[in-house]
Amino acid sequence: MLVTLLSRAIRIAAAFLYGSTGETIIEKSGHLNLGIPGIMCFGAVGGCIGADMAQKGGAGAFGIIVATIFFAMLFAGAMGLLYGFFTISLRCNQNVTGLTITTFGAGVLGFWRKNLLNIVVSDEGTITFKAASDFIKAPMFGAVGDDWFSKIFLSHGTLVYLAIIIAIVVAIVLKKTRTGLSLNAIGENPAAADAAGIKVIKYKYISCVLGAAIAGIGGAFCLLDLQSGSTEYPIEAIGWLAVALVIFSLWRPGIGILGSFVFGLLYVMPNYINGIGTEYKKILEIIPYAVTALVLIVISFFNKRETQPPTALGVPYFREDR
Amino acid sequence: MINNKIHEPLFHLTKRTTGGSKRAWALRAIAFAVSVLVCGIVTIIIVAVNNEQLSQAGRYFEEYSFEQYFLDFGEGVFGSPRTIWNLFQETAILLIIALAVTPCFKMKFWNIGGEGQVLMGGLGAAIVIRFMMGKGYSDGLIIFLSLLLAIGLGVAWAVVPALFKAKWNTNETLLTLMMNYIAVCLVSFFVAKNPTAGSNTIFFDKGGTIPPIGPQEFVGKEFVLFIIAAAVITTIMAIYLKYSKHGYEVAVVGESPNTAKYVGINTKAVIIRTLVLCGVLCGITGFLLVSAKDFSLREDTVGGRGFTGVLISWLGQFNPIFMVVTSFLVVFIQRGSAKVATYQAFGTSYPSVMAGIFFFFIIAVEFFVNYKFVFREDIQAKIDAFNEKVKLTLSKNKKVEEAPPVVHIQAGEEQKEEPAQDVVEEPASVEESVKEEK
Repeated sequence: MLVTLLSRAIRIAAAFLYGSTGETIIEKSGHLNLGIPGIMCFGAVGGCIGADMAQKGGAGAFGIIVATIFFAMLFAGAMGLLYGFFTISLRCNQNVTGLTITTFGAGVLGFWRKNLLNIVVSDEGTITFKAASDFIKAPMFGAVGDDWFSKIFLSHGTLVYLAIIIAIVVAIVLKKTRTGLSLNAIGENPAAADAAGIKVIKYKYISCVLGAAIAGIGGAFCLLDLQSGSTEYPIEAIGWLAVALVIFSLWRPGIGILGSFVFGLLYVMPNYINGIGTEYKKILEIIPYAVTALVLIVISFFNKRETQPPTALGVPYFREDR
Repeated sequence: MINNKIHEPLFHLTKRTTGGSKRAWALRAIAFAVSVLVCGIVTIIIVAVNNEQLSQAGRYFEEYSFEQYFLDFGEGVFGSPRTIWNLFQETAILLIIALAVTPCFKMKFWNIGGEGQVLMGGLGAAIVIRFMMGKGYSDGLIIFLSLLLAIGLGVAWAVVPALFKAKWNTNETLLTLMMNYIAVCLVSFFVAKNPTAGSNTIFFDKGGTIPPIGPQEFVGKEFVLFIIAAAVITTIMAIYLKYSKHGYEVAVVGESPNTAKYVGINTKAVIIRTLVLCGVLCGITGFLLVSAKDFSLREDTVGGRGFTGVLISWLGQFNPIFMVVTSFLVVFIQRGSAKVATYQAFGTSYPSVMAGIFFFFIIAVEFFVNYKFVFREDIQAKIDAFNEKVKLTLSKNKKVEEAPPVVHIQAGEEQKEEPAQDVVEEPASVEESVKEEK
């Protein structure tokens, strides 16, 4: 049972990890994007459309996975671009724009699912992308052995490993390369970065679109892997937890890998605890949120520079204001 | 002349200082009209695409026209007296939540926890009703105590982030967001612990809840309480923000924390006080939702209204009177779309999509209200005009300045005397004027 618990936790962790890696990139550029849940919904819609198209076009497992990723990134990236256009060029309030995108994205996912049901006649009364989902869920390393190690670590679909790879790459880029340092500088003090010759607007746009695109893969992963292609359940809650995870991981995608595992464990644990009533499982669901709130308070309490949010987070930057 | 080596961008932006509120309101009205139109166009296109697919599959479909869309939309908003009362009730609820968070935003305290604060208010009311109903207490006492506990829990949920913000400058946006989810979990725990009829909702019998107001035949009897509450709170909040010392302090803390510090405003006290006020209003809303509207409690009793309230407050520019209009428009879109969704079997998510489109338009128009484009050509034209002017003045001055040398070289004594006379005249006239004064 412990093996199933850990395996399940790692799978859910991947969804959090996509969202939080994407949001970290956006927050590093000084933009607090509260639209991540909505953007993940868009990614989910895109991923399903892509997977469905590829499958109907007769693509193999590899083709389906690539199409899923590509369309998820395309749809979510478009929303990221919209967010960027509103907050960077039109200078709108970031929180307001983000919340609007969340409303809109969740609405679009729900509407898309309902509208599909109106067109496609389904026997089960619900639309699933089960066939495509089977390809995405298939273990990346072929047949899974019977030992605990391969069950926990080798039994997952490709997207789980991709999440970890993306997080590691982003961590290295942010920490070690010139691009990453420039992005950090923009999040800390955009005016100084601008004066130093960094193209602030360009960086901000790229990070908004790229971050959204990565989060979008997470949305597609939620529907096609976690929910086995069923479109029944909303994925907003996972999106909000991903935003929380950014804080929990102190704006470091590397720590985010561990953090997402912890979140995944906390998220699935209530289902694996026997002998308590369902109502107490609801109490256990508080833990990820409560822990995040606690982390937020503790880091502000110590007030160390390394653990703080980017200084200019949520503060708009307009060159003409100087 | 422009120095060609300097790259002049095609346009740049400047803040609009003139233009007035007439232009701003005209722009906003246009944005609203366009957003409704776009909602209609999007809907028509979706139906057309659906019909295309349905006809290919050989299944039944119905054409949908623009007029029909607006008829359905209008029916959802103004269909019957009951619909209209319902519209006003929903407007009132959103308005109170928006009013609750407005002082926080004016203070630049990004409280997006309205959702959780209202939900905790609802939980407070529900706890009292659940444990005191049917045990011989009077209805009045139950209503009073449930209001009290609702306010208490609402304040608790609002004041925690305020305390941490005041004391350690904890990021309030993220903390209030987390507390929303903790509130949802607590409510679902309470509901699961006290189930009624195996659902994930607690229903309450009449008695501990607020009875309808007015005579039996009055259509608005269930709704009028909300409208009264919203009217009272709007008036008080408008006065509080504009004319009271507290309101002024909130504005100063929001505009410039340093100014607040130097004039001796206790910023921490202001933050905590304002959030307590916000909690009180959210608690009242939660109480009203549970014991005067739904007579039940679920996880989504608040149903995203906390977030919508944030948007309304911002779109109303933190002005209570404007917020009446914005909250009405939001409900207008939601109700109208909901009716369209019913007729077209679009489901419950369709109104959120339409509300999203509406918000995008209204947010974007603020940019055109606040900024104006200055194009390169305009700048060039202005510079040219300026240069022309300078040339003209220079040439005029030249005539005067160059006159004496010209005179020296070319002409005789006569012309030379003229400027000399001027010079002589001036002191004379001064002397005269001095004499006159004496």
